[in-house]
Amino acid sequence: MSMRLERLVGAYLAVAIAAIGIGMFLGLLQALEHAGIDLYPLLQPLIRSYYQGLTLHGVLNVLVWTTFFICGFLLFITSRALDRPLVGLSLAKGAFWLMMLGLLLTVWAMLSNEATVLFTFYPPLRAHPAFYLGLTLIVVGTWLITATLVMTYRAWRREHPTERTPLAAFAALVTFVMWTIASMGIAAEMLFLNLPWSLGLLPDTNPLLARTLFWFTGHPIVYFWLLPAYISWYTLVPRQAGGKLFSDPMARVAFLLFLVLSVPVGLHHQFTDPGIGSSWKMLHALFTFALFFPSLLTFFNVVASLENAGRARGGRGWLGWILRLPWDDPVLVPQLLAMVLFVFGGIGGLVNASLEVNLAVHNTAWIVGHFHLTVGAAVTLTFMGISYWLVPLLAGRRLWNARLALVQAWLWFIGMALFSHALHRLGLLDMPRRTAIGSAPYVLPEWQTWLPLVAIGGTILFVSGMLYLLNLALTVTVAPCEAPADVQFAQAVAPADQAPAILDRWRPWLVLAAVLIVLAYGPTLAHLLATTALDTPPRRVW
Amino acid sequence: MTRDQLLELGWILPSIAIPTSMLVALLVTAFGMGIHVPSYTGVIDPRLAAQTPPFDQPGLRQVGPDQYQAVLLAQIWYFQPREIRVPVGAQVEFVATSQDVIHGLRIQGTNVNLMLIPGQVARASARFARPGEYLFVCHEYCGVAHHTMAGKIIVEPR
Repeated sequence: MSMRLERLVGAYLAVAIAAIGIGMFLGLLQALEHAGIDLYPLLQPLIRSYYQGLTLHGVLNVLVWTTFFICGFLLFITSRALDRPLVGLSLAKGAFWLMMLGLLLTVWAMLSNEATVLFTFYPPLRAHPAFYLGLTLIVVGTWLITATLVMTYRAWRREHPTERTPLAAFAALVTFVMWTIASMGIAAEMLFLNLPWSLGLLPDTNPLLARTLFWFTGHPIVYFWLLPAYISWYTLVPRQAGGKLFSDPMARVAFLLFLVLSVPVGLHHQFTDPGIGSSWKMLHALFTFALFFPSLLTFFNVVASLENAGRARGGRGWLGWILRLPWDDPVLVPQLLAMVLFVFGGIGGLVNASLEVNLAVHNTAWIVGHFHLTVGAAVTLTFMGISYWLVPLLAGRRLWNARLALVQAWLWFIGMALFSHALHRLGLLDMPRRTAIGSAPYVLPEWQTWLPLVAIGGTILFVSGMLYLLNLALTVTVAPCEAPADVQFAQAVAPADQAPAILDRWRPWLVLAAVLIVLAYGPTLAHLLATTALDTPPRRVW
Repeated sequence: MTRDQLLELGWILPSIAIPTSMLVALLVTAFGMGIHVPSYTGVIDPRLAAQTPPFDQPGLRQVGPDQYQAVLLAQIWYFQPREIRVPVGAQVEFVATSQDVIHGLRIQGTNVNLMLIPGQVARASARFARPGEYLFVCHEYCGVAHHTMAGKIIVEPR
């Protein structure tokens, strides 16, 4: 029974890691292109344009790598945290194959240049139906994972009617329930607009409505990526660092706030859209700021836990404990570096959310710099750290080379710091994002200072990424067979039984989430349905 | 209170105070300084954009002393017009839309940052206090030649 779970988790991770491997290669081409080194002619006819490559880079890294990794990781962590087999493992296996079918359809559409629409696929750009169908199947697959986790939780609850849900399982469930609610936007966009439209059943589309439904899902999806990293930081990292979690109840508060507040914030991606009321944009800015609160709680709780660990290892003074953390641990170090970069990603996020200040950065290179610090560093570097214990555990082998893993993590940190710094600066100098700058006729002299740094940072990131793939590939093939210790969760200084019972209930929080969503989106969606129409013909512009 | 509770409180209060003070700053800039994001600024039939006033005659017109309106029509892969000349000190209201896919408009060194969405009329204003050339670009992916879609505003000394 348990072996089947491990095979499934391994399959999810293998797909995720293969996807990011290809995605990183295309990322390298983009970074070099910005510095005037155009390698796309070498890839003809496989990759026909910068934008086809950019579509693959976005979809593979930000949708496939994250989603597949998260499904595998959280199925595993839930089963271990509840200390029981999953209920509905066959359902989860079915979900995997459904998602694989979806992935193949999507990748086929992108590789055949039938879907060069970037990962946001804003209509009236119209891709091949296989692209939309594929992405839809991947989303439906994640719903089946939610069902598996809910059934498993219910079975555990029947067996343990009075206990607090173990934190890792609770947080995994929050992650998937939040995502399932959030994905209703993209599901509606696909089912009512994009699929019938791409199949020719609808002649025209409604770009602003489609875009609004996209961002209904498009912001909370970043919390779908981030919360699994938080699960690692809260429930595993304190122990990996040699200490205890500072406060288990405070962690639950943070996750519940994410459940409630993740969705009613999507309009902050549309601050510059005409046709959406500025007061509703202001409300979404307010909720986005409110979301900063659970992230600050997380920052405090995780750093306090690390301090607990550093002091347990003999660290003294205000900052001396930092030096005593196990800086030679390939599982911990990537996650510590992820946290450092995430501080800057979080600050940049507040800038983006600040209604009027957003005018200075919207759709500039600043945004690209920002999300490479969040999903590209906080999330990705944490997932890399997780792979350094999870892949050996699944393979029953030792990590091939721990020192190489440390080098890899530091390279990613340095490369990302350079790359994202350059892009932030370029954004403030008004350089647009999602643009083949190397071929643009309008490059400003002040951009020239920073463009080479994009290429240097991108190259370091690529080297780091290849070392990651190499280490894992050799781990599962040639590393010595030596079953590592199974996952061990951190204990808490303030344990779960100090948490009020309301923190282990679902209905009040789900009702609150629904109320906020209706309040934040209801009037805007009603206004769009009343004032806009299916009146924009499809275009193929690639 | 224990030391840990004091620590928690010492963290939670600033965690509330920081976002709250930033929100106050937003309200001050919106209502005090008059910096606005786009709102309900008009709809148009996207299939007839090029025939619908004012987009049937893209370009600059003077609407008052030092007051101008610049009408921009975006399409793959250029703006009409591509070049706008105004005297220094001009206050310009940009009125723009797209007649095919989603485009964007960012004017260098100003607060003008708009999405140009088929069916929607976008508006934003800027005052050009210093002479020189201001680049404007399409900042949303709009097809294979997206990176060629740009223009400039030439602010001439008096």
